[in-house]
Amino acid sequence: MYEKDGEKYFVVDGHTHFWDASPANWVPGQEQYAKGWIECFHAYQGLGPPETHWSIEQFQKYSEEKMMRHLFDEGHVDVAIFQPTYLKQWYTTGFNTTETNAALAAKHPGKFVVNASWDPRAGDDGLRELQEKVERYGCKGVKLYTAEWRGESRGWSLKDPESARYLEKCQELGVRNIHVHKGPTIWPLDKDAFDVADVDFAATNFPELNFIVEHVGLPRIEDFCFMATQEPNVYAGLAVVVGGLMHARPRFFAKVMGELMFWLGEDKMIFGADYAIWEPRWQVEGFVDWQMPDDEEFSDYSKFSVEAKKKILGLNAARLYDIEVPAEGGLAETAESAGPAGDTPLAAPVSV
Amino acid sequence: MNHGLAAGAVTTDRTAAVRAAVWSALGRVRDPELDESVTELGFVASCEVSDDGTASVRLRLPTYFCAPNFAFLMVADAQDAVCAVPGVERAEIELADHFASDAINGGVAARAGFVRSFDGQAADELDGLRGDFLRKAVLAGADRVCRPLLAAGRTVDDLAELTLGNTPASPELDRLRARRAELGLPAGDGDPLLIDPATGAAVGAQGLPLHLRRARVTRVSVDANAGVCRGLLYERYGVVSGKEPS
Repeated sequence: MYEKDGEKYFVVDGHTHFWDASPANWVPGQEQYAKGWIECFHAYQGLGPPETHWSIEQFQKYSEEKMMRHLFDEGHVDVAIFQPTYLKQWYTTGFNTTETNAALAAKHPGKFVVNASWDPRAGDDGLRELQEKVERYGCKGVKLYTAEWRGESRGWSLKDPESARYLEKCQELGVRNIHVHKGPTIWPLDKDAFDVADVDFAATNFPELNFIVEHVGLPRIEDFCFMATQEPNVYAGLAVVVGGLMHARPRFFAKVMGELMFWLGEDKMIFGADYAIWEPRWQVEGFVDWQMPDDEEFSDYSKFSVEAKKKILGLNAARLYDIEVPAEGGLAETAESAGPAGDTPLAAPVSV
Repeated sequence: MNHGLAAGAVTTDRTAAVRAAVWSALGRVRDPELDESVTELGFVASCEVSDDGTASVRLRLPTYFCAPNFAFLMVADAQDAVCAVPGVERAEIELADHFASDAINGGVAARAGFVRSFDGQAADELDGLRGDFLRKAVLAGADRVCRPLLAAGRTVDDLAELTLGNTPASPELDRLRARRAELGLPAGDGDPLLIDPATGAAVGAQGLPLHLRRARVTRVSVDANAGVCRGLLYERYGVVSGKEPS
């Protein structure tokens, strides 16, 4: 458990990967996309501190030993949640699959949570596969990528009728946590692929499921905030917010965090390092040390308490996934029994 | 011989002037998502004009997978802007290093529109998408204009009373007015400073606090997004955006 200034932080990394994007895994004829994808990820790594940058070769494929060291030995992570991304159209054995994640997790009991994934375009076969995976690996969550290419299709929506069948199946299987990641393409291509209206739709129809919008809907933070403030079962996944902004754009980082705190509150924000794009160590240490600046420019925004940081770094995700938190990593009784933090933006008077 | 040299120099001067005009025209082409010009963002990799009036412009984006609809709009807008420059006989606009470069470059050159350029993958042209993002720009622009006014001591109630004509002049106000005009929203001196970007109706004092909160988060979102895009462009091409290529 990470300890700083006498406080202990139980860290759940809500967004991690074990991928293989090496050229040997590129599907013949699809090399340009497989290469483009991993190069794009690699550019994001450049937004972190220079001493944490890897070469593209190191980045394409990394060892189990390296991952375990970066997360648990050096990165202060107590439990990490695998978020699979299949991309089988481009990567022969898949980019980062539940199967690969689960094999690693099995060697390190208690360290990982393994999530499944589904794609509504896979029809009845996909539903069966989802059930098998959930039963085999004990999944309590799924990661969805709506921009995934499948044949000629460039994506899908949570409003698709087929998606409802999969969400019903999740509910039936006890898979409560639905992580949604938006990307640059969708059907049809003239629509805004990053639009989160379909998450809103699904969250309303499935109030017993939790919807964690990864990357806080970036680049549609405003749409995400308007939506999330009206849906009690919607959460903000902070992967990319911390990794992509805290070092590279600290002023925007502060403002985005301030907005999330205002619209959603500290009980709805979930840390994720997005390994191997960024190593968790500098993110965890940096966020614990971080505070909303005092300048006039940030005067609208509230400060972040130690309790808020503990929730964001681990306790919120632990609650969603029933991860046991050691007593010394929890909150003092008074703080824990408090209701949802922050004001309710749509009802409360607002000072500007 | 002297005459020939002089003629050559004249031609070169004219070409240089056309090239400057082309650059200036590109400065009015915006990334619809970020509401900033492609020249400011560093998206113009090269811009050349030959003596026969052929303008060749190469565009680049922060990632290989930037959304193809916005990319198409930028390439098509660049084509329109460059073609309208006096002295340009032909425009060759090329988007480089993008997964949909071929579909976009071919489609724009043939003036085929988005639906035909992405056969079977698009249901409509991009006017609706452009309008949605102009409305976001209007909302973000309200924050840009109002924040300094509030810092200078104006109250929220004061803002509800302001019109475009009696708001203190600023580049941000001009920009806001231009975006509103582009959308066909009220943009005259007598029109209210703060309007609902969907309907054009004035935002009353009661709705103003929430309106300003929405304006603020919209601006934060666009600015943060632009920050990430600039960072990724730097990682990809090693250029700090906003510099004119020589």
